[in-house]
Amino acid sequence: MMKIRNFFAEQLLPPAIGIGVFILVWSLIAQTGENLPGPLKTWDSAVELFSDPFYQNGPNDQGIGWNVLASLGRVGIGFGLAALVGIPLGFLIGRVDFLNRMSAPVVSMLRPVSPLAWLPIGLLVFNASNPAAIWVIFISSIWPMIINTAMGVRQLPQDYLNVARVLNLSEWKVFAKILLPATLPYMLTGIRLAIGTAWLVIVAAEMLTGGVGIGFWVWDEWNNLNVEHIIIAIFVVGIVGLLLEMMLIQIAKRFSY
Amino acid sequence: MSKYVQIENVQMKFNTKQGPFIALRDIDLKIDPGEFITLIGHSGCGKSTLLNLIAGLLLPSEGVMLCANREITGPGPDRGVVFQNHSLLPWLTCFENVHLAVERVFGQTESKAQLTQRTNDALELVHLSHAAQKLPHEISGGMKQRVGIARALSMQPKVLLMDEPFGALDALTRAHLQDELMKIVADTKSTVVMVTHDVDEAVLLSDRIVMMTNGPAATIGEILTVDLPKPRDRLALANDARYHSLRGAVLEFLYQKQARKAA
Repeated sequence: MMKIRNFFAEQLLPPAIGIGVFILVWSLIAQTGENLPGPLKTWDSAVELFSDPFYQNGPNDQGIGWNVLASLGRVGIGFGLAALVGIPLGFLIGRVDFLNRMSAPVVSMLRPVSPLAWLPIGLLVFNASNPAAIWVIFISSIWPMIINTAMGVRQLPQDYLNVARVLNLSEWKVFAKILLPATLPYMLTGIRLAIGTAWLVIVAAEMLTGGVGIGFWVWDEWNNLNVEHIIIAIFVVGIVGLLLEMMLIQIAKRFSY
Repeated sequence: MSKYVQIENVQMKFNTKQGPFIALRDIDLKIDPGEFITLIGHSGCGKSTLLNLIAGLLLPSEGVMLCANREITGPGPDRGVVFQNHSLLPWLTCFENVHLAVERVFGQTESKAQLTQRTNDALELVHLSHAAQKLPHEISGGMKQRVGIARALSMQPKVLLMDEPFGALDALTRAHLQDELMKIVADTKSTVVMVTHDVDEAVLLSDRIVMMTNGPAATIGEILTVDLPKPRDRLALANDARYHSLRGAVLEFLYQKQARKAA
């Protein structure tokens, strides 16, 4: 009995109070002005919206489900390409000191640049908005993957390398049995940071490029002055981001020793 | 008779930012097959450096090092190393950790079943068959060190090199592992070089104790032959006069002849 009570008091009560306060503040602010819809109005609108998330009325009027999936697709492709390029690059930079020194100035200069600044370059090169959005995701997710993978390789304990030396392991065995598993947790941190950034950036990128996607959907609803939908979109973006993060944390847990 | 390990006139010089640092000089040592040698000395006397030289992890600045009449030019499977902090790969099970070594040495010539058999034999030798499928973090410190020993022995090395293998263990576990090591060495007739800072351990296990002078530029101070009959029993030795005189000789070397200036 005590245990159950403690569970409620310690695990469930604080988040519930947090959400309650949030909704309370929201409805108070909504009361003062005409423009911002309150929680109830937004809820009604959400119920209606999610009753048919996968409708299709032409290219520019599709259900919210399609929009979210389109955004996730872009993130997946851009992010996947970044992993394909960034992780091997990170291994090389971490393993070869010369490459590390060579790449350091370029990486440190380009990393703080807002990913959206790369959008015009993407539009210029690809001449189309969809590849340009994917390009922006690619460039924003590649830095954490390069940097974290390289860091993981550099932090490889000397002990493990000594083991490799006294056992006289082949290069391939060193990579498969020592380097890769030792670097994996760092790589997964890089992947988690990259996914987080990518999901942040896609909303802004799609606002600029248009087409189907949660970012453009927000912009479209702003043009329609449908503020309830904008608020719903904010929640959807937040929840999807949270789910992505949780998924990667679960994966990372499996590979921590 | 050919010496197993032969160290002649070896000097080890490290290039540091403050200029060259001579860690070891004028090291001459010959080790017979089946001999158990311990290296003892104060910390910083280069005893681990000497072990790493034999292992081939370091190469001497001057002098010649031979193992079974072949020059030591790098690490090799003829010298098995047990590290102080076990150095098991944490993502591999005990079996896989040992198998990695077995596969490297015998993978070219033997079948998969034989490799598995060798791995199981090595674990059996240290009485860890029951923990074969466990990951290193699931077993105790003493068990990890035993897997480390099994890994080194599984390669059937000519020489077993141990760098303070029991240094990180509690006294009871250490005594237990020393007893086990004595049995294993007697069974396998291994040649062993062990670094230690424990006087009792040195006298209990060794045929000869190599006592090193203080660094920098450390060298071999004295070599003490331990002629106590084997197998040795720690309880019987506790009342043995010869044991105490040998122990006294090592202590005298460490705390009188090579006394450290108060830091």
